Amino acid sequence: MKYVDEYRDARLARGLVAELARKVTRPWVLMEICGGQTHTLMRYGIDELIPSQIELVHGPGCPVCVTPLEIIDKAIYLAEQPNVTLVSYGDMLRVPGSHTDLLHVKAGGGDVRVAYSPMEALKVAGALPERQIVFLGIGFETTAPANATAVWQARRQGLKNFSMLVSHVLVPPAIRMLLSSGRNRVQGFIAPGHVCTVMGYREYESLSQHFRVPIVVGGFEPVDLLEAISMLVAQLEQGRAEVENQYTRSVTRGGNLPAQKLMEEVFEVCDRKWRGIGLIPQSGLRLRAEYAAYDAEKVFELQDTTVQEPPECISAQVLQGLKKPTECAAFGKACTPERPLGAPMVSAEGACAAYYRYRRHAGAGN
Amino acid sequence: MAQFVCPVPLPAKDKILLGHGSGGSLGAELLRRVFLPAFDNAILAKLNDQAILDVQGVRLAFTTDSFVVKPLFFPGGDIGSLAVHGTVNDLAVGGATPLCLSAAFIIEEGLPIETLEKVVASLHRAAADAGIEVVTGDTKVVEKGSGDGLFINTSGIGLVPADLNLSADRAQPGDRLLLSGSIGEHGIAIIAQREGLEFESQVRSDSAPLHGLVAAMLAATPGRDSIRCMRDPTRGGLSSALNEIAAQSQVGMLLEEEKVPVREAVKGACELLGFDPFYVANEGKLVAIVEARAAEQILAAMRAHPLGRQAQVIGTVTAAPAGMVSLRTALGTMRIVDMLSGDQLPRIC
Repeated sequence: MKYVDEYRDARLARGLVAELARKVTRPWVLMEICGGQTHTLMRYGIDELIPSQIELVHGPGCPVCVTPLEIIDKAIYLAEQPNVTLVSYGDMLRVPGSHTDLLHVKAGGGDVRVAYSPMEALKVAGALPERQIVFLGIGFETTAPANATAVWQARRQGLKNFSMLVSHVLVPPAIRMLLSSGRNRVQGFIAPGHVCTVMGYREYESLSQHFRVPIVVGGFEPVDLLEAISMLVAQLEQGRAEVENQYTRSVTRGGNLPAQKLMEEVFEVCDRKWRGIGLIPQSGLRLRAEYAAYDAEKVFELQDTTVQEPPECISAQVLQGLKKPTECAAFGKACTPERPLGAPMVSAEGACAAYYRYRRHAGAGN
Repeated sequence: MAQFVCPVPLPAKDKILLGHGSGGSLGAELLRRVFLPAFDNAILAKLNDQAILDVQGVRLAFTTDSFVVKPLFFPGGDIGSLAVHGTVNDLAVGGATPLCLSAAFIIEEGLPIETLEKVVASLHRAAADAGIEVVTGDTKVVEKGSGDGLFINTSGIGLVPADLNLSADRAQPGDRLLLSGSIGEHGIAIIAQREGLEFESQVRSDSAPLHGLVAAMLAATPGRDSIRCMRDPTRGGLSSALNEIAAQSQVGMLLEEEKVPVREAVKGACELLGFDPFYVANEGKLVAIVEARAAEQILAAMRAHPLGRQAQVIGTVTAAPAGMVSLRTALGTMRIVDMLSGDQLPRIC
């Protein structure tokens, strides 16, 4: 299959691993910030293939995991209203809120529907004029253009019963936060390929220069990630700190300009709370004032709440790459995909779920 | 820097969720928690796809299955043909020759009779092709809004040879895993139809009756013991079927990723939706655990049959870790092929 098979080629992969082994002379710590990339690394055992001096840690790249608890609770509140139809991506249904999750609300009679894209929510709004349709618009920059399109279309069509509960997050501020932390061990970043398909990689250049850290935009197949790792290690070994692009078949420096224009039209940057991490300034997107009629927070007059999350699951440390899922006392015992304590175990793109699915026997002498 | 804290654990689950019906571990838990304690008997406890009863010297296989597929019509079949194939296959993988079916219809008020006629015609054709008849049935109508148009339950009876014992607890270390063909087609066909997704190459359901293929495999075996057990990997996909056998037999399994056939169109659809073909339903495939020395022979017999042309040896049964299915990836690394907990949810970005 085009664009995929060549990038899963075992011979190519082995060649890249051998090249890495030749290049690396000392330990390096690398981080990827994309749930999809985390899963590929685990699924194909890339961390077991590469030389042991290279340590891979997983960053807060799962859009489900970092969605703030307050947003989940707000979505649950809305879904429980008798005249509201809540439309969401499937994964969000299983994320634990403060007391329950959307799947249980659905089982209890709430009108909760799964969609593959926000355009489906628009269709539902058109078909059910007597109900209020709310789309749970979460994600990184990757899903923002589609959400922007949906809101823009809703306004163009003059829909009176459609709104979006927005909780977008941006990658570069997260990298800035991680690099500014006194505890940071990460020396090189793999930038997320689909985020950069939309945004380009210009924004990463100032980060790379300011913090003297190499950043390589990577794809999602095993060979993509091995190439990106190889490029990072080359830079580190040579003492360079630049932004390079491995995922050239999808990413350009400027990115997708029409998509960015639409995002700019509908959204503005704001402070955003990341679940488990806390507030990162200027790290989110919200709807502009002109689109207040489509902002679920305004339409339903949702109050801003702060929810206390008692300490048991260590998602925060996992999301920042400070701990591995297997280092959590609850991993695989109190916390499993069937009974998740935290978002990284729920989401198909979460680090804990990846470790649980592919690697949980690793502890037992594998 | 803000505080790092974690979410509250969920209260104990007290409601049935959609995931309980998807053939994954939630469903397995429901079996253990509710059904097995209530229906406490040795036959059910084997948890095979069919029950084998010894009735006055005759071995009968008995099985039941309900069909709630939405949409009712899809490329490669419909709820009618599916209702026949599903039950025939549950009989077939127990080594039974299907004898007859029952068919019970739960119809939602307002369903066009023409739709019902089409489904019934298709059911009849599928049964005739499988050499059996519907000998008893039932009809119920429920109020509008209480069902998805049409639900069908079929139960089937079959005859099992006296000396044949195919049961999921019979797999042994060293045995080979045989798969009759490419995976993921039925599930993808359904979801494509339901969501109105159009792919360049249409994916058709593989829904088909497997008793002919099974008969060919049994005829090719040197001894009655050579085929340990068989399963048709429906909901929950290949992964669930293998995990169930591994658990029942208390053995491990090692699969070779490169050996598992997946059609390009299915791969593409799975890539797009973020699905793993290992968890997608099949309705015309079987997996067989066979004695190593008989594997070549049985494979040849499968490939000689129209429904087994793409058959492959996909792995081996190991002694440990018991109950765990592992996979050697195309890159040579190892990972677990786990049981799904509930429904496979499409990925976000």
